[in-house]
Amino acid sequence: MADNVKPRVRVPKSAKAGEAIVIKTLISHPMESGQRKDKQGNPIPRQIINRFTCEFEGEMVLDATLEPAVSTNPYVEFEAKVPASGTFKFTWYDDDGSVYETTEAITVS
Amino acid sequence: GKWSRLAAQQVLTQDQLLEFDPLGNVTLIHITDVHAQLKPLWFREPEVNLGVGDVAGLPPHVTGADFLKLYGIDSGSPHAYALTYEDFTALAGTYGRMGGMDRVATVVKAIRAERPEALLLDGGDTWQGSLTALRTNGQDMVDVMNALGVEAMTSHWEFTLGIDRVNEIVESLPFPFLGANIFDAEWDEPAYEPYKIFERGGAKIAVIGQAFPYMPIANPGWMFPNLSFGIREERMAAVVQEVRDAGADLVVVLSHNGFDVDRKMAGRVPGIDVVLTGHTHDALPEPVMVGETLVIASGSNGKFVTRLDLDVREGRMMGFRHKLIPIFSDVIAPDADMAAVIDGHRAPYQAELDEVLGTTESLLYRRGNFNGTWDDLICNALLEEREADIALSPGFRWGPSLLPGEPIRREDLMNATSMSYPAAYRSEMSGELLHTIMEDVGDNLFNPDPYYQQGGDMVRVGGMGYAIDVSKPMGSRISNMTLLKTGEPIDPAKTYVVSGWASVNEATEGPAIWDVVEAYLKRHGTVSVEPNTSVKVSGA
Amino acid sequence: GAGFAATVLLPATALHAAVDEALAKFTGGAAVGEGGITLSTPEIAENGNTVPVSVSAPGAVAIMLLAEGNPSPGVCTFNFGPLAASQSATTRIRLAGTQRVIAVAKMADGSFVQAANEVKVTIGGCGG
Ligand SMILES: [Mn+2]
Ligand SMILES: [Mn+2]
Repeated sequence: MADNVKPRVRVPKSAKAGEAIVIKTLISHPMESGQRKDKQGNPIPRQIINRFTCEFEGEMVLDATLEPAVSTNPYVEFEAKVPASGTFKFTWYDDDGSVYETTEAITVS
Repeated sequence: GKWSRLAAQQVLTQDQLLEFDPLGNVTLIHITDVHAQLKPLWFREPEVNLGVGDVAGLPPHVTGADFLKLYGIDSGSPHAYALTYEDFTALAGTYGRMGGMDRVATVVKAIRAERPEALLLDGGDTWQGSLTALRTNGQDMVDVMNALGVEAMTSHWEFTLGIDRVNEIVESLPFPFLGANIFDAEWDEPAYEPYKIFERGGAKIAVIGQAFPYMPIANPGWMFPNLSFGIREERMAAVVQEVRDAGADLVVVLSHNGFDVDRKMAGRVPGIDVVLTGHTHDALPEPVMVGETLVIASGSNGKFVTRLDLDVREGRMMGFRHKLIPIFSDVIAPDADMAAVIDGHRAPYQAELDEVLGTTESLLYRRGNFNGTWDDLICNALLEEREADIALSPGFRWGPSLLPGEPIRREDLMNATSMSYPAAYRSEMSGELLHTIMEDVGDNLFNPDPYYQQGGDMVRVGGMGYAIDVSKPMGSRISNMTLLKTGEPIDPAKTYVVSGWASVNEATEGPAIWDVVEAYLKRHGTVSVEPNTSVKVSGA
Repeated sequence: GAGFAATVLLPATALHAAVDEALAKFTGGAAVGEGGITLSTPEIAENGNTVPVSVSAPGAVAIMLLAEGNPSPGVCTFNFGPLAASQSATTRIRLAGTQRVIAVAKMADGSFVQAANEVKVTIGGCGG
């Protein structure tokens, strides 16, 4: 497990039903590409976040596959629309098998 | 000589310089790229200012005799002296120094006396460029511009004071620090106010700020680590729409994009009435029209103030009258209140400013696309003092001139070098890397798409000659790189000792560039800079 | 100016083979058209290690991003679910030197469209 991995998301607290809302997500992660070498010249093994998903009450908003070309601290911004109040679930999948999750509730009027 | 100078001054009067037949209901006053120059100075406009692609031969890429012909200016006239390079030394003797913020204050006050609701806008590059601005972290300029009554500004070199100092000043300003294209790099949200709507002459005037787009590339990004800039054309279009929706009758972009970038943006973003451009230091006596948009270039270093009167009715600009007012310092009386503010800031440093470090036998100037004599002098100092094969001096457009025979005071040296990352590095570079650098900088200047230009001049080179074909694509502009001391071609595989300054890399080591040049001047006493014949330009 | 960042560029042929391979994997060899997809990138990267890229293709089910000049061209693929309000997304990517960024969208009807932008990665320094 990479050190200090911390997901952060920005979701509006409230929205109208079906309104497009902007969601911004960041996770602190080195996204080690597998192409770098250490000071002794040995390859540093790849370790990246390879998948990110955002679901709302079990329904998919975005499912993204990430490669080593995505920057350190991967940032993903997208738009969602939801029919009713509920909770977004955000999930990041690490190469080492770790899974990081966070949730954010939204009130829909 | 004295007689001709007196005669010239009799011809020019303050009233004539300020004369303006008022028009409409709105007046804008624009000043930009002062670069902390509080006192009258010499500033030679460029001899070489090439445009590429669609803008070749169009203003501001017109100089010297062509410029005089284009604008119907007599050679040898005050405007010829103010706006072109030809006969510079002789005309400087005739017409005297230009600028001085106390003279600028007189002009601004006079315009406001006639048009009390005139809107004064500062295009940025204000807080950097002198010893006193460096020592006071820009406070001298902040106090001067506050006293002048600036009502909004945008920015570039301001950020080289470091983000904490910038934000401290911005908090203190009685006017907005605008930058629609400045974003927080982490969450991609606007970091500064994008615009302000003023009510003047019964019209709603939206002033949108556009900071220098390539801030973290052209200057050290580590000094303002959480900010992102960029041209962001779509953002500009959205903000123009937003202010129109908010009822703006007139949309003004207070820009630090540089002229060609602004010309392109004005042609692509609908709804902009006026672009007050900055950064590339062009001084044009007439607006350039892009469709119905006026692009106004007000020069640099306090040499000019633009007055633009506009007739704004029914949500439209119906007419305009424009004047680029040259600030002849011997003709325009200094404003006493502003002079006191300026002298107050300079007093603690006066002895230091006045110290003579050497004398120049040559005209020292910087502005122009390729090597100028000021940077040739700096390169000579780097070669000698840092024992280097090759010297590099950045293509800055700021830095006033000095006339032949004048002493070089510490103030003059600092006017050409003052900045917050002055380390004169000494490092080894392969011939291949040197070529890459030259091509890279060349493309920043001569990429045919203005959105890829950064608005500086070509890096100045000492100890090495080269040829450049500005019409070629990146990677094939630069050829015949030659080590001058041996006359041998630069070998891509060989390593050279290179000294330069103003590296954008953090923790660059070396003495401050002004210490390097001071040591050189003190050893030589009097310097003479030969015309530089080692840069061959073609393709223009 | 003088902040120097070395860039790594692969031979064009190797590069295009890898791009073609990634494309074929995404499209299954189908023809790729133009229009209906918007790719936004900065003209010049402020930092080649983190270049913002936005893409939008109304009606797409998935969008793949490629960086033509990277040692490996794959960047990411966005698959849009039923609750996506738009088929658009923004991320930040690594670019090893000046190159084209390519976005390819798979539309709901199984067709494909693409857009490409040149992003310059520069050494920096100097200014007006
Ligand atoms: Mn400037
Ligand atoms: Mn500037």
